[in-house]
Amino acid sequence: MHLRKKLVLVGNGMAGLRMLEHLLKLAPEQYEITIFGAEPYPNYNRIMLSSVLAGGAGLDEIVLNDTDWYKEHNITLHMGHTVTRIDSVRQKVVSNQGVEAEYDELVLATGSNPFMLPLPGADKEGVIAFRNIQDCEMMIETSKAYKKAVVIGGGLLGLEAARGLLNLGMDVSVVHINPYLMERQLDETASRMLQKELESQGMKFLLSRQSEAIIGKKRVKSLLFAGGERIDADLVVMAVGIKPNVELAQTAGIKVNRGIVVNDYMETNIPGIYALGECAEHRGIAYGLVAPLYEQGAVLAKRLAGVQTEGYSGSVTSTKLKVSGVDVFSAGAFAEQEGTRVLKYQDEVDGVYKKLVIQDNKLVGAVLFGDTNDGAELFSVIKNGETIEGREKELLLGIPQEALASGSGNSRLEGLAADEIICGCNGVSKGTIVQAIQEQDCTSVGQIKACTKASASCGGCKPLVEGLLQIYAGEAAVPVKEGICGCTPLSRDEIVAEIKRMRLMTVKEVMNVLEWGTEEGCTKCRPALNYYLGMLWPDEYVDEKESRITNERFHANIQKDGTFSVVPRIYGGVTSPTELKKIAEVAEQFEVPLVKFTGGQRLDLLGIKKENLPKIWEALGMPSGHAYGKTLRTVKTCVGNTFCRFGTQDSIAMGIRLEKEFERLNTPSKVKLAVSGCPRNCAEATIKDFGVVAIDGGWELHIGGNGGVHVRATDLLCVVKTEDEVVEWAAAFLQYYRENANWNERTSTWVERVGLASIKKALESKEERLALQSRIQATLSKTTDPWKQIIREQELRKNFEPLTKVETNH
Amino acid sequence: METKKMLVGALADIDPKGSRTIRVNDMEIALFRLSNGKIVAMENKCPHKGGVLSEGMVCGTAVHCPLHDWRIDLNSGAVLDPDSGCVTTFPIEVDQDKGLIYLTLQSA
Repeated sequence: MHLRKKLVLVGNGMAGLRMLEHLLKLAPEQYEITIFGAEPYPNYNRIMLSSVLAGGAGLDEIVLNDTDWYKEHNITLHMGHTVTRIDSVRQKVVSNQGVEAEYDELVLATGSNPFMLPLPGADKEGVIAFRNIQDCEMMIETSKAYKKAVVIGGGLLGLEAARGLLNLGMDVSVVHINPYLMERQLDETASRMLQKELESQGMKFLLSRQSEAIIGKKRVKSLLFAGGERIDADLVVMAVGIKPNVELAQTAGIKVNRGIVVNDYMETNIPGIYALGECAEHRGIAYGLVAPLYEQGAVLAKRLAGVQTEGYSGSVTSTKLKVSGVDVFSAGAFAEQEGTRVLKYQDEVDGVYKKLVIQDNKLVGAVLFGDTNDGAELFSVIKNGETIEGREKELLLGIPQEALASGSGNSRLEGLAADEIICGCNGVSKGTIVQAIQEQDCTSVGQIKACTKASASCGGCKPLVEGLLQIYAGEAAVPVKEGICGCTPLSRDEIVAEIKRMRLMTVKEVMNVLEWGTEEGCTKCRPALNYYLGMLWPDEYVDEKESRITNERFHANIQKDGTFSVVPRIYGGVTSPTELKKIAEVAEQFEVPLVKFTGGQRLDLLGIKKENLPKIWEALGMPSGHAYGKTLRTVKTCVGNTFCRFGTQDSIAMGIRLEKEFERLNTPSKVKLAVSGCPRNCAEATIKDFGVVAIDGGWELHIGGNGGVHVRATDLLCVVKTEDEVVEWAAAFLQYYRENANWNERTSTWVERVGLASIKKALESKEERLALQSRIQATLSKTTDPWKQIIREQELRKNFEPLTKVETNH
Repeated sequence: METKKMLVGALADIDPKGSRTIRVNDMEIALFRLSNGKIVAMENKCPHKGGVLSEGMVCGTAVHCPLHDWRIDLNSGAVLDPDSGCVTTFPIEVDQDKGLIYLTLQSA
């Protein structure tokens, strides 16, 4: 065995370790490796610290390389050792505990320290940074005994610390020297929206404040600002920035500026000594984010392994704020400058803001607030430097998901260099993912995640990982068998078959017998099972209202402010002066904030408090319009030959008949019908689940249309002559859909999945149609108007009313 | 610290896997009844976008927020993975003999 060269790594953090992992893949036998780490822990994911603080992750969960990993790779780890001296002549390093190690190659990855403001009183008890595990522990301890926390610094780190402290139950104020937050990542508009959102979460802000001194005896009492204002504080967290750890390098005579100066190959001015990560300064920039560290690591690993590399040419960075309930993304040069053009989208209703900065037809920067789904994709467009001429608006308004997984998205993914980082959170390159697919036979995103950690953190890169899977696994990329939800591996068809075979009668029984993975299921499987059981056993099954989604439990549509809307049934959209007067009176009596026509020709009373719902229903005296459920919604009609000079048939009567026939029907997903009196199709029947278009002497029946998210025109099912035939076919089609579609699957998706031909075939014999019709009639005969039932039965009605309290003297 | 204990209702007022609400001062509190009969109380507000938790679905020991399906642990008030945060919970006592529910509030 030849003698291995000695590699010493100073710093046991993410940058150094990531580089080593890379190096071990390229040249597993080349070096004998020794690592010195000052923290008494193995390498952990520092960017997940805020999750530890937020209570979402335990310490064990953020460890990236456990002690076994070091053993496995024969790495000598000196944990808790700080290297105090480098002897570049004798080529050795010495630790504070007297351990010496010789090196042939030395890598400095000493990271950075939090920058502590040199304020008078900064050494008092209760003044800390937010940088390592001990800081987190300190915050958790403090929160148990104290109340008021002040975070100095309204940047990324400061806000994450502040959110963590809020979670710990503390009263948190953020002090920031600038007039708006996160100015290094956001423009003023996005920053103001962020501030508003955080304020609604309970965070307080003191902007444009210069901290002057920390007051207190032994422990901090308050923070004093220039100008004399002060704020009480039991805990002060400084999160104003970081400074590269350069002392060790400096004393060894290595060239240091703000950080340790390195060239494109991460080499310092002394041969055999390299630096990377937060301690290094490349072309004048010392990076404090994780993605550049990985890119530097890839270059250095190749250098050390003797593999050809083009070198490191700097990084375009992107940022995501890890604060729950807030979605912020920023990348590249987001400031508007001379020579740039800007596209903005601002929606203060939903709290969405997007800004793209374009220079020479290339995307150079982006800021997203509220909706950051496209962040990873935009970032990749920025990094590629491709022209976006003609696509600007598409990029601004959102990239359709289909486009990511196919077409132009894929050809760009194919063109990416193997070095390109796909997962910014965990620093996983395209090459690593492709290798996992080709050499470790990963055939699903889940397996790639387990193998490489790609998409394991924020998940923003999942579409890219899926795209790579499609390109490089090809046919092998069969999706792993996924059940109807995370609670079971069983598919809809398997579940329905088992329920029939074993005559399972309740949701609980299904879960027990079919070995559900969770105790009481989730919001996906519970309503699905409730539907399948009701569909299979119309006579015996008792509907479980607690397994219904909110809208169906309260028989009204929940709105964003927690109020509800009421839509009474108006058959075929035909009303009368008496009915309109009634609705108007009720709206006035209950001071209904908004009365509006719906898209389905009905009247909607919006902004109703839950406790008023039964009262309004009672006052209206009309049946439920079922505008809230997975059921028949409306049958839209045009005037037809009753008044219209083009009308060929009585579309109103046909529509009313269909609506009366099928109202209250439970279906896998919502079902909308329409009847048009002539081929001009004013009722828009060809984008409905079941659309009827009158022609001279007959009716065209259309199925599988949708006017919503995925617009789809109907397929023509058949042409019939009489109104009775229309009802017969509608009944047969709806029942066949009820018996075969997945819960929550619209007819449009279902028709595409099973194919029009299979449906035509199933409905082709009259006998079969009549059998389906009699089954649907049996189900319909069991339904009652839910509003009337709730008005009548106190046991149901109580759930609409708040409880009242009685104080006692216990 | 002042502790206030109040009678808020009877067991029969809350359906299994169901919820009722009560307003105390300026806060709305949701009371849930788990399948095992346990009653828990927490602020009726999801830490994400303020969704009304009492209208969510109770699954085992968690309630799913009706707005964006965040899951809140009914025993601790903690938001469950993959999201994070927590909801304030309140102590509940149940007089099993009389079937009455008492809520305890602490105010400064």
